[in-house]
Amino acid sequence: MTHLPLYQQLLDSCAALLLLLSFAMLSQRRVVALVNLYAVQGAVLAATTLLLAWRTGQDHLYVSAALTLALKVMLLPWLLHRLIRRLQVHRDTEPLLNVSGIMLVGLVIVVFAFSLAQPITRLASTATRSAIGIALAVVLLAFLMMITRRKAVSQVMGFLSMENGVLFGAMSASYGMPMIVELGIALDVLVAVLVLGVFFFQIREQFDSLDLHHLESLKEHQ
Amino acid sequence: MHRLLHPVAASFPMLLIGCVGLLLGWTVIGLAGLVRPRSVVLAGRLLFPLGALLGLALALLAGASLLGGGIERLILPIGLPSLPMHLRLDPLSSIFLLLLGASSFGISLFAGGYFRVGEGTAPGLLCLQYHLFLAAMGLVLIADDAYSFLVAWEVMALASYFLVTTQHRIAEIRRAGFIYLLMAHVGAICLLLCFGVLQGGSWHFTFHAMRSAHLSLGWATVAFALALLGFGAKAGLVPLHVWLPEAHPAAPSPVSALMSGVMLKTAVYGMLRVGLDLLGRPVWWWGLAPLILGLFTIVYGVLFAAVQTDMKRLLAYSSVENIGMVFTGIGLTIVFAGSGLKVFAALALLATLYHCLNHAFMKSLLFLGTGSVLHATGERNLGRLGGLIHRMPWVAWLTLIGTLAIAGLPPLNGFVSEWLLLQSFLFTGHLPHAFVNLLIPMAMALVVLGAALAGYVMVKFYGVIFLGQPREAALARAHDCGWLERIGLTWLAVGCVALGLFPLQVIRALGAVTHQLVGAVVPQSSSHWWLLAPVPERSVSYAPLVFLTATLAVVLMTVLAVRLAYRQRERRGPAWDCGAGNLTARMQDTAEGFGQPIRHLFQPFFQIERELPEPTDRAPRYRVVVRERIWRLMYEPISGAVEGLANIAARLQQGRISVYLLYSFLTLLVLLAVALIR
Repeated sequence: MTHLPLYQQLLDSCAALLLLLSFAMLSQRRVVALVNLYAVQGAVLAATTLLLAWRTGQDHLYVSAALTLALKVMLLPWLLHRLIRRLQVHRDTEPLLNVSGIMLVGLVIVVFAFSLAQPITRLASTATRSAIGIALAVVLLAFLMMITRRKAVSQVMGFLSMENGVLFGAMSASYGMPMIVELGIALDVLVAVLVLGVFFFQIREQFDSLDLHHLESLKEHQ
Repeated sequence: MHRLLHPVAASFPMLLIGCVGLLLGWTVIGLAGLVRPRSVVLAGRLLFPLGALLGLALALLAGASLLGGGIERLILPIGLPSLPMHLRLDPLSSIFLLLLGASSFGISLFAGGYFRVGEGTAPGLLCLQYHLFLAAMGLVLIADDAYSFLVAWEVMALASYFLVTTQHRIAEIRRAGFIYLLMAHVGAICLLLCFGVLQGGSWHFTFHAMRSAHLSLGWATVAFALALLGFGAKAGLVPLHVWLPEAHPAAPSPVSALMSGVMLKTAVYGMLRVGLDLLGRPVWWWGLAPLILGLFTIVYGVLFAAVQTDMKRLLAYSSVENIGMVFTGIGLTIVFAGSGLKVFAALALLATLYHCLNHAFMKSLLFLGTGSVLHATGERNLGRLGGLIHRMPWVAWLTLIGTLAIAGLPPLNGFVSEWLLLQSFLFTGHLPHAFVNLLIPMAMALVVLGAALAGYVMVKFYGVIFLGQPREAALARAHDCGWLERIGLTWLAVGCVALGLFPLQVIRALGAVTHQLVGAVVPQSSSHWWLLAPVPERSVSYAPLVFLTATLAVVLMTVLAVRLAYRQRERRGPAWDCGAGNLTARMQDTAEGFGQPIRHLFQPFFQIERELPEPTDRAPRYRVVVRERIWRLMYEPISGAVEGLANIAARLQQGRISVYLLYSFLTLLVLLAVALIR
């Protein structure tokens, strides 16, 4: 068995942690806990970025790590907590599929993501190339979460988690995106959360609930 | 004559630049209407007459170009980056520009007096739509690349759509507008595909490139079929005519006149341009399609015209019939040209073009006449009109000229073109194809039937509206039209008479067009300026002036003879009372009654709904509505199929966010899996 250097072991365990957190979010039904899990995911992502920045000596990764920390660990969770308090949503209703079923689907997706990432892994030259499969899995799991939830807040959490996955994927494949793109995405996410927050209030005002099945009544009837 | 046979390309496109300037002028006039959109005085007394003058100038320019016989080209640096706007003025464009300018002069003058406040769209806005419509039609005629052509074509369709739905507050009119827009788009899609085929893999969309593209027979046939569908939908070829009888009654009368008189002709122009110019020498059997459809359209249109009770709907069906005549002529031209019989092709083309010119004048005149009647009485229903010749003498007498012309009576213009068409039919025996040269001459009988029934229709149209006694008391308050309207009507009527009396001069001018399209001019065997004898082998000739003089002389002599023989013993009494003395309006023949024999004879064509009065009814009214079977046989299955497909597609739309997310998730997975496999 080959001996991996320490930073490689650290990176791999961070990646594993991210995947684990994704599964945790997939199974978690309490909204507050979901936000906390998201914050932890952000923290792990920031740590990974920091590690990479130190290892590769690329300065812009320091900025990216700081940005992730500020935005995804502090600002967004704070905003979301506030939103949840004011909207009085704590629990999501029963998901569309029971939790164990979702976990099984999630497993299949992870296998799919890993087999998909194999050719890319062979091509990439980064230290983190083995994590590409995980990044893809995180994205797809977040997508799955969006599909299976009924409450608007949980769907936004899925959306944000997906963005984490995308960022992580970019990091593993090519040490992050250009700075300007990263800044743009960060701003996008921030704006998305703010706009969606406004939407939540509007939806609740209209339907007295944040359950999205009420939106079905907007469909054109024949 | 020498210049005519050898067209010289002018070095500086002076006439073309003039035409472009006039089209821009129309646009500016239209925009000026927006300065004070509610002002009738600005739009009606200033802008519309100004637009009419531009129309006259356009007609003069086009006439000069036609007589010169040259071709002018111009490339304007606007449009797509790689495809600037190509313009071209050749004899074919010129004759249709002449038609546009000359008939729009009369129509615009009339429109100046016609539009009033409180009729749906504000006058200023109408002025914009109307002049954009005119400018777009002009651009269609001079466009020399597919892109400009289609842009102009669509502007034309949209502007006319808004004009049709002037009274957009009435649901029925909105529906008529929708049908029109739908058919216009179906046609436009066919044209788009047609031009796509015509470029022949060169990916150059100028008409010049299309002329030099070498298409295989199969693709050329596809292009021809698409052109026939696309232009046929605009022209109103059965079974694509359904929008005509809906849109014409809905539109204000000057708009109906413009659409029927001019816009339908742009479709004819397009058909000639594609069929005889862009496709090069046509294959003879292509011509059978427009020929057969045209013949069917003639009979179909005239039968439905005969049973209508709404005067504008009647005229719309009459337009369908005339378009049938024109397409029959196009079909004959292509059959002859494809068989190498150039002179006969020139004769058939001549008949086609002549009929287009005639129809532009006479149908505009009739539609404007109905507009005046509509304004004076507020009635479109023939069953509530009558006796208007006493109340509206100007309209009645000028409309009479149009009625006689469209009925095909000499010495007016309708006779000339129908006579030419029949003459060219007589030569189909020379075709080198067995059976076809037997069958086509027989099909001529249908043209004759159409022409005869058109006379019947016009007797009904004129007789019921203007003659006899007023069927309603309110008709006594009807008033004649204003002076602008009178000038417009007179211009069109004079056009009808002039085209009828001087056919030789018109045919000479059209020589450049036939030379351009089929490479031959119709020879003139006679050297007399008043005698039309287009076919040297046959001793057929027609001298309208002689006919007119003789007719006038006979009438004059009869009047004189009666005056002399019955001096001092004449009495004036009510007409047709047969001495009985108390003739009432209800004793007259009605529109329904007049059409009854046709309805009876051709029953399988119609879908008839009758409304019979109760026996105890004090004022019984018999009403009959005739619908087209084509709606049930063709359009309802199509719309049903479309709706069925739409409903199947609608099942995808669950309205649930989870399902939509699932769609994108699955799409993503499938795409990734495909990437994985490859």
